Amino acid sequence: MRNRPKMRRVVPLPASEMASENEVVPLSVLSTGEQGVVIELAGGRGLLGRMTSLGFTPGAMVTVLQNFGRGPIIVRVRDARIALGRGEAGRVYVRRRSE
Amino acid sequence: MSPRFFTSVREATAVEPEAMERTILVALAGQPNVGKSTLFNLLTGLKQHVGNWPGKTVERKEGTFVHNEIHYRLVDLPGTYSLTANSAEEVIAREFIIRERPDVVVTLVDAAILERSLYLVAELVSLPAPVIVALNMMDVARQEGMQIEPEVLQAALGVPVVPMVATKSVGVRELVETVGQVASGEIPYTPKPPQIRADHQEVLEEIEGLIVGCVPDPYPQEWVALKLLEGDREITKMMEECLPAGRWEEVHDVLRAHDDALVAVASGRYEWIGRMVRAAVTRPRAGQISLTERLDRWATHPFWGLLILASILGLIFWLTYTVGTPLQDLLDTYVVGLLADLARTGLAGVPAWLVDLVADGIIGGVGAVLTFLPILVIFFAVMSVLEDVGYMARAAYVMDGFMHLMGLHGKSFLPLFLGFGCNVPAVLGTRVIESERARLLTILLAPLIPCTARMAVVAFLAPAFFGSAATLVSWGMVLLALLLVALSGVLINKVLFRGRRAAFIMELPLYHLPNWRTIGMLVWQRSLAFIKKAGTLILVVSVVVWALSVLPGGEVESSYLAAVGRWLEPVGRLMGFDWRLMVALLTSFIAKENSIATLGILFGAGEGAGLAETLAVTFPAATALAFLVVQMLFVPCVATVAVVRQETNSWRWTLFNVGFLFVISWAAGAGVFWLARVVGL
Repeated sequence: MRNRPKMRRVVPLPASEMASENEVVPLSVLSTGEQGVVIELAGGRGLLGRMTSLGFTPGAMVTVLQNFGRGPIIVRVRDARIALGRGEAGRVYVRRRSE
Repeated sequence: MSPRFFTSVREATAVEPEAMERTILVALAGQPNVGKSTLFNLLTGLKQHVGNWPGKTVERKEGTFVHNEIHYRLVDLPGTYSLTANSAEEVIAREFIIRERPDVVVTLVDAAILERSLYLVAELVSLPAPVIVALNMMDVARQEGMQIEPEVLQAALGVPVVPMVATKSVGVRELVETVGQVASGEIPYTPKPPQIRADHQEVLEEIEGLIVGCVPDPYPQEWVALKLLEGDREITKMMEECLPAGRWEEVHDVLRAHDDALVAVASGRYEWIGRMVRAAVTRPRAGQISLTERLDRWATHPFWGLLILASILGLIFWLTYTVGTPLQDLLDTYVVGLLADLARTGLAGVPAWLVDLVADGIIGGVGAVLTFLPILVIFFAVMSVLEDVGYMARAAYVMDGFMHLMGLHGKSFLPLFLGFGCNVPAVLGTRVIESERARLLTILLAPLIPCTARMAVVAFLAPAFFGSAATLVSWGMVLLALLLVALSGVLINKVLFRGRRAAFIMELPLYHLPNWRTIGMLVWQRSLAFIKKAGTLILVVSVVVWALSVLPGGEVESSYLAAVGRWLEPVGRLMGFDWRLMVALLTSFIAKENSIATLGILFGAGEGAGLAETLAVTFPAATALAFLVVQMLFVPCVATVAVVRQETNSWRWTLFNVGFLFVISWAAGAGVFWLARVVGL
């Protein structure tokens, strides 16, 4: 791990998905009941490793089950319910899906 | 240790050549909450052994069973979501598979969360041991409206898939038979492991080319290349050491140019999973809301969730006081008391010191261990029920914000809270915390929580000194202790762990009915471990402290312990303590409530109200306050120290903890003393 700065890792999706008009926002701003598709993840290796193994990979659909505007939030991803700290949820960027 | 040591034993005896030629080594893998312990208990019953993985504080369970005259040895791997070195559990699981080469790796998969649980399978099929997928919780998946065809999944994966419902013992026989057939080669093993995403194929080959011939045995080369690309800490370190310096620079440059590869590799695995399940699963998602999600609207609500948690905690303590405490008293009078009487009558004619040693020293020590059991069993049972039904994660979720203030997270709340009853189950209860660092921090903080024994001392002494203000003083003590928990939490976190706090990411499993077998096994194992490991230490220390308090003359006043107290008196003088208070503190090491009994003897006043009055005229209020503070925060009782040792698996951390509490109690005591003096007490 020498010389490796702790940097933001960004993984873009193919252009076709980028063309969609819906905005890309941190997962933490979605309110209860809203859905989004994961576009990119930010964070160090440790966090990325845990998030991706839990199913947060580009293209995955995430549904917010609970978000009271403060404290941790609960989402459903790949049929599992995951509680995420607000900080961690802020590092998952999703494209908001209108119903 | 050789994984096949049974083989050699059998060859040596060589009775039956054909029928049972060897023991099949089976590793049980799976993500957390997929029912691993249920299956493990179902297969091995009472033929299991619980210990720790060498050098780790992670629990290791191993058991044996026989089916169709074939012997199986089953090793339960820690529950992990993946096999990348993010935690001790993940490293343990993969090292076992790579180094011990089990004959079969049974991977338990939750059918209701199929894609996510297959992620571990995607990692396992790249390792050199045959994998069987045990498709558990088929009933739950059906309830959720999913139709899964195991044969289709099996054909896609190229790996045997056995559908099952472990809680109802459905599919277990089929699973064991499949294990036997895979181990014997009867079922050919032809997995179709995931390929890396096309845009990273080239770089993976490049890395493989650079490390070829330098990968230490028994690691598979392609797997090492993949882990390097994923930025795996352990494998990166290993290869940096194994490769010639120049070559490592090359690898390192390639890795740096591709440090987005981790997400690409994970996405590649999920794409593979997507292809695997596409044909096998049909789900008419009607958008129905499951029972779990409906319950969670209450259980994880910022207000109702807290109320539910408070009611559950209330119930736990009600149970402790109505069942646990009376049982403790019964054990104390009938079992321990009777044993001591028996020893006294049975040992008539033997020198008096020997009778005392047996009746007071040894049986007293055994009693100290025994009387812990009712409370421990209740707390273990409650903890495992809450864990098993899935509530534990919700409690952690609700308390996360509050625990955050101490550099801890939600999962530390329940163990610490149990500390108000007794610190011993608090320390043992930290096993629910996955992160090793958070677990250690919680263990170190648990002894600061004022337990009932310590509160009893406060309740006895406070009224004599402070009259109507006694309640206020008691609450002040509790608040001070909690304040110190928070301060120490922040401090230890900053200094020792450099402020790193594990990210709060936690699965909320489906709620389900408790499995009494699993819970029973857990309570049994934990209680047994306590008696075996902590019990020995408690007994030895109890006997030693008892001996010090009666030797050489038989009186506490002239004992070695009193000599130590006198020697320590100058330290206590800071707060106006005399040697008798010091001795009381020393004897509280065996059990906190002992300090009252000791004071009773030393002041010749018995334990009644007379003692409190005597103390009140002997010491000024400031000294009394300081004594209460020190007694509250002092070195924990020997039982707590023993379980801290058991759970940290390290004398270094145990001694650190004891030293830390010693310093804190003295500093806080002196602080309160001088403050009280300034105020004029």
